[in-house]
Amino acid sequence: MTVQQHDDELASLEAGLDALESHEQALAPWWRRALTTAWPPVVAVGLLLLVWELAYRAELQPTYALPSPADVGLVLVEQLRSGTLVEAVSTSVTRGGLGFLVAVAIGTPLGLLVGRVRPVRRGIGPILSGLQSLPSIAWVPAAIIFFGLGEAAIYAVVLLGAVPSIANGMVSGIDQVPPLFLRVGRVLGARGLASARHVLMPAVLPAYLGGLRQGWAFSWRSLMAAELIVASPELGLGLGRLLDQGRLLNDMSLVFAGILGILVVGIAVELCLFAPVERRMLRRRGLLRS
Amino acid sequence: MTVLVAVPDGVGTTTPAVRLAGVSKRFGSGPLVLDDVSLDVAEGEFLCLLGASGCGKSTLLNLVAGLDEPSAGSVQVAGGRAALMFQEAALLPWLTAGQNVELALRLRGIGKAERRARTAELLQLVRLRDAGDKRVHELSGGMRQRVAMARALAQEAGVLLMDEPFAALDAITRDVLHEELVRIRASQRLTVVFVTHNVREAVRLGDRVVLLSSRPGRVAKEYSVGFDQPRRIESPEVADLSVAITEDLRAEIRRHGGQS
Repeated sequence: MTVQQHDDELASLEAGLDALESHEQALAPWWRRALTTAWPPVVAVGLLLLVWELAYRAELQPTYALPSPADVGLVLVEQLRSGTLVEAVSTSVTRGGLGFLVAVAIGTPLGLLVGRVRPVRRGIGPILSGLQSLPSIAWVPAAIIFFGLGEAAIYAVVLLGAVPSIANGMVSGIDQVPPLFLRVGRVLGARGLASARHVLMPAVLPAYLGGLRQGWAFSWRSLMAAELIVASPELGLGLGRLLDQGRLLNDMSLVFAGILGILVVGIAVELCLFAPVERRMLRRRGLLRS
Repeated sequence: MTVLVAVPDGVGTTTPAVRLAGVSKRFGSGPLVLDDVSLDVAEGEFLCLLGASGCGKSTLLNLVAGLDEPSAGSVQVAGGRAALMFQEAALLPWLTAGQNVELALRLRGIGKAERRARTAELLQLVRLRDAGDKRVHELSGGMRQRVAMARALAQEAGVLLMDEPFAALDAITRDVLHEELVRIRASQRLTVVFVTHNVREAVRLGDRVVLLSSRPGRVAKEYSVGFDQPRRIESPEVADLSVAITEDLRAEIRRHGGQS
């Protein structure tokens, strides 16, 4: 056998092995995937509405306390027409979004600092985890005394709610980076910034994204708590205010409409922003079962 | 540490690719891991380091790779750098196969156009020309190790260090990769230091096999493998030498049996 023949034989042997051992996973078309993920929640919501309607018909509670789904729907449409709901949603989303972005800007470097610098971790780490379990509504009285009844108080509560989650996400991400990756980076000659950029940051990404997601949920929750309590004529109408108005007017349908608004925004951000980004990242890394 | 070491007579005047002179290593105040190891690896040589657990094989590779400093003695590597392959392919899962290779070039400061061309060449060399855009999880274990090999070659270091790179593969794939490594090594004129605890693998691949004793690691014995490539792991020459080396290896291990 000549060298060339031997080489060709090896090549075809290897091609055979590769074909046998690699498994390509084909993705179903996007509409089919959307359909298969969409129907279970749709059915669940339908069932929920049905139970609600039945409870209403059975008059388990007086009508002012338990309006029918249709009543709430009417109020919702009315609020949408008058523009009140749109105003409330846009005010709250702007506050929540802005607060979240500021929280990212603070929480990310804070997390890096706590994750990478040992004395800082020993000092601040436990406080940070502790803060995460503190309900941010507990900050509202302090924020009002400190900042007065205004936007500043609301943002303070949002930040105190969101920053610890984002920072903690970063810290746990740094802790979970496989040491092998860092070693590979060093062998390939990645030092300092290059190592952070090409190895550490991408490796941290999944946990960091989880932190962002939780950070958003915390900012949204904290915002609603703050809006409910911090009442002042100078403040714009947010969803929390709308909720409180419903309570003052003893209008249960308006309260339900407000709750639905809060819920829809939360779900929309999750479904349209975080879920696709996370899924894409996990799929690229082969961490998602299809 | 750059220490000029006098070349002993009769070794020849060419500087070795790797020279370990009186290397000892202990971590902190722990026991001695490597004890006075002196070893030259010639340019273009394929050296296999063989030993039982605790012989400090991986520590030795880390020293040569520059990931660690010896406690005593000196380590010199021609060209100053060594590439290192691990038992796991250790590809970065957020990059494609091609990008993994390209990262090694990028970290050496090579421009984009040249990076592309060189990556394609290297993937072709390990026969993965069409797998450049594949994600790491889409590759089989053998393919991953070939990407890792392409990435190591992209470092264009003077020496390729391999730390049991095929230990986690199935026997069929391992056999094919042995052949592949021998082919690539010949075509690229590589100097290889290959660590293994598999005697047959060492004899199948190496020009020279160095047996290390355990706790601490010392050079126990050397064997030069006198027959030419291509060899087969099943061939009687490989088997005969393997039997002899295994006897010595067992004798080394027995010394730790507590009959002192």
